[in-house]
Amino acid sequence: MNRKAAALISGGLDSMLATRLVQQQGIQVEGINFFTGFCVEGHTHAIRRHGRERHKRNNALWVAEQLGIKLHIVDVIDEYKRVVLNPKHGYGANLNPCLDCKIFMVGKALEWIEANGFDFIITGEVIGQRPMSQRKGTMPIIAQESGAEDRLLRPLCALNLAETLPEREGWVDRAQLKDFTGRSRKPQMALAREFGLEEYAQPSGGCCFLTDESYSVKLRDLWDNRGRREYELDDIMLLKVGRHIRPEQSFKLIIAREQGENNFLHGYRQQYQSIWTSSHPGPLALIEGEPLDEQQLQLAGAITARFSKGRDADEVGLVYSNRDRGQHSIRVKPLSADQIEPDWVLA
Amino acid sequence: MSDVVELDARRLLCPLPVIRLQNCINQQAAGARVRITSTDPGSLNDIPTWCRLYGHSVLEIDEGDNEYVFLVEKAEDGS
Repeated sequence: MNRKAAALISGGLDSMLATRLVQQQGIQVEGINFFTGFCVEGHTHAIRRHGRERHKRNNALWVAEQLGIKLHIVDVIDEYKRVVLNPKHGYGANLNPCLDCKIFMVGKALEWIEANGFDFIITGEVIGQRPMSQRKGTMPIIAQESGAEDRLLRPLCALNLAETLPEREGWVDRAQLKDFTGRSRKPQMALAREFGLEEYAQPSGGCCFLTDESYSVKLRDLWDNRGRREYELDDIMLLKVGRHIRPEQSFKLIIAREQGENNFLHGYRQQYQSIWTSSHPGPLALIEGEPLDEQQLQLAGAITARFSKGRDADEVGLVYSNRDRGQHSIRVKPLSADQIEPDWVLA
Repeated sequence: MSDVVELDARRLLCPLPVIRLQNCINQQAAGARVRITSTDPGSLNDIPTWCRLYGHSVLEIDEGDNEYVFLVEKAEDGS
């Protein structure tokens, strides 16, 4: 009987190698990729203009094609909120709930294999590679709390772990698995050469915005100012875009940094108040918060004008739009660089 | 010719257009056609790649200034 495995495919080298190791033993593998909303993959490249020219690819899809496997991309945006908002094992250096995240994803993969008649799960985890989720002590926690137990195989470090079901049953030859440990990438790069894999995504500090300090500051600010820990997809998308400036607790500006971001923010003008320069080339800014009073509007305009071509002009004209409740023009003197208080800038 | 299912994936960023297409195609019979409109330029790579993984055919790609329209036909064995 042909055995089947589902591999968690991130788009990086480790899951690619882990899958290939199992494929070469005659196991049929299909990939699963979970979309949480926080994935770095593609988004900023898609928004920003420089990405338009390069047509950034989705690495998980690219890896699947290199491996010759199907890839199931699963939207887990809503379910993932409980992981981000209330991680049992806490956060890492920023708002990254890496251990809970891994437990969640393996648990979802377990649901998937049970629904689709697959036998076990593969991940590209390596002991000691990540400080929070990939340690010797956390490996059994992931297996247990996800419910996968011994149906979870980590081919790259299997020789350092207890035998799993596919090894015990002889579906997979344990002797052909690996004993990688630690943060060095050399064993993976050597194995990639052995497999003839010359092109793969380079590790770039994680594939999740929650590991990013600047992003986490903005997410905490969002929760603090709403008075509750919650988010929608649009919220977390907008945290990836533009300069975020909060001059008062009651409102925040999201100011485009270049044309691609301008275009992206333009799509939100029916949901948010917005302001843009009319007398000079300049950015569009979304305004998150209650409708602005006249004084706040002057301040929002003066900040936005600071980032326009009219920053040194005596006066800049702007248009303020309150969604479908109309728009009107204002004129302001742009703030100087030192008038933008450092603690307004969320980064 | 059978009807074409229309999918609007404008303003969605990678990989959401692919997820929308995948979920729609999964509900269709073999040979069904889906036309998906996206504004994410990454779709120009991702949608054809996803289709190749499953053997679905991309019959047309209409590349406008800010919108990309793909006509996809589900494979006979594209489960």
